[in-house]
Amino acid sequence: MTVLAQVGFYEAWWVQILKAIVIFAVGLQLVPVVLLAERKLLGRFQARYGPNRVGPYGALQPLADIVKLLTKEQFRPTTSVGVLFAVAPLISILTAVAAFAIIPFGNVQHIFGERVGLYGVDLSIGPLYLFAFGAVAFYGIMLGGWSSGSKYSFLGAMRGAAQLISYEVSQGLALVGVIISAQTLSLTGIVTAQKGMWYLIPQFFGFLIFLTASFAETNRAPFDLTEADAELVGGYNTEYGGGRFASYYFAEYLNVLVVSGIVTTIFLGGWLLPFGIHPPGWVDPFVVLFKMSLITFLFIWVRATLPRLRYDQLMSFGWKVLLPLATLNALVTAVLVVVTH
Amino acid sequence: MSAAMPGDEQTSAPAAPQSGAPATLPVQSWSPGEDVIEVKRTPAPGAARGTWRTFRETVRGMKTTLGRMVEAPTTVQYPEEKTAVYPRFRGRHKLHRFEDTGLEKCVGCSLCAAACPADCIRVVAAENTAENRVSAGERYAAVYEINLSRCIFCGYCEVACPFDAITMGHDYELSDYDRADLIFTKEMLLAEPLERTPLRNEGD
Repeated sequence: MTVLAQVGFYEAWWVQILKAIVIFAVGLQLVPVVLLAERKLLGRFQARYGPNRVGPYGALQPLADIVKLLTKEQFRPTTSVGVLFAVAPLISILTAVAAFAIIPFGNVQHIFGERVGLYGVDLSIGPLYLFAFGAVAFYGIMLGGWSSGSKYSFLGAMRGAAQLISYEVSQGLALVGVIISAQTLSLTGIVTAQKGMWYLIPQFFGFLIFLTASFAETNRAPFDLTEADAELVGGYNTEYGGGRFASYYFAEYLNVLVVSGIVTTIFLGGWLLPFGIHPPGWVDPFVVLFKMSLITFLFIWVRATLPRLRYDQLMSFGWKVLLPLATLNALVTAVLVVVTH
Repeated sequence: MSAAMPGDEQTSAPAAPQSGAPATLPVQSWSPGEDVIEVKRTPAPGAARGTWRTFRETVRGMKTTLGRMVEAPTTVQYPEEKTAVYPRFRGRHKLHRFEDTGLEKCVGCSLCAAACPADCIRVVAAENTAENRVSAGERYAAVYEINLSRCIFCGYCEVACPFDAITMGHDYELSDYDRADLIFTKEMLLAEPLERTPLRNEGD
């Protein structure tokens, strides 16, 4: 009996535990790197240096930020709902970490005589798992904003709720084309299906739609209306400070990494290299990390470029442009797959 | 005077066919001038064209930001690098002596204090005597204090001084930990200031 989902391949329990520790040790270390990269790159995009005071080239800036945030006082407004106020950042961080588990960094490798898949878990329902946790992540923002007991937080949370629900639809539909082509929901299966050609080329519109919807799903500019510093102070995290704010911050950047990983896996051929190059298996994670860094760069680049959308523009873009395009993309792909087979 | 002026045909005639206005409309009665550029409004885009235009403009914007990235940053790394000031920059005040005799130029007339809109200068004058000759005039400033926490660096004191005894220097790094430390006495103002500020020429 399958309780939750079938997995393509699994190892001995101790290998799984070791694997989880390694993946998350590496994955969580990437967050400060992305944080620093974003600040440095944003600086460069705006013809300035970015942080360069703490450590060599400002490399210790994230560390200084984290120390500062974690040593701050834990406070909450008197109007807030205590338990939810404390739990909400945890939901955000938990869903981001859980989604990180399904990103494949390589295929099954032989390490010290054991067969080890270079991923947290290879589910037979990969993208659905992702969307499930994406939907739960919405509670992190929603509950955080609502339980703060502040009107700015509440407005930010309401915007976040509407935005996440609107763009989840397009994000899901954009993947349908790929899933039809690959005829599997397993992420490693989708990667191996891209041996001939990455889905970036046949599914270019799907790629664009998924990327745009992902900007909205991760609350990144130009869709960062939940935070909207100018009119909502900080949106859902206005009332948060110290470690809880750090949790939200951490979750945001981990989400960027997760989306980069998913885009890499689904559209950029995961660990595959072009032109028929087949490096040894240990290179695969580095290929994935390199492609992830390219997508992360794109995220930062877009943030440096585009102004924030107005709320009605956000809604009409999501429902009137992105959703029809995603539907059209799925339909055309379906017809083409049926015709060519 | 009729509605059409001689200059109007030149400015409005080329714009008329583009804006699609019928030729029978009266020509506008005033000329906006030769240097005014008429901005053409693009038609409101439909769904498909609007999406395409958004995409195109997004790519154009991203090209712009990437162009900024390959340029060198314009940041001045302040404590290490300093912005050069112009010769007439009004920084912290300086009091002067005659170079030949070493006597103070200030004669304690208090005109600077009178001219000061922020009321930050305090002068107490005393008589020069034969054995204690401080300034070139009859009197000298026994006390000369400028409260730099009140000074607005307008330079009126400099203008009011009949002997060019007080001028505005170039030092702008004046922060301190205590307000009392910002009251500069005559000795501090007379002392040869540390030239901490790079200077640039008037035209640079």
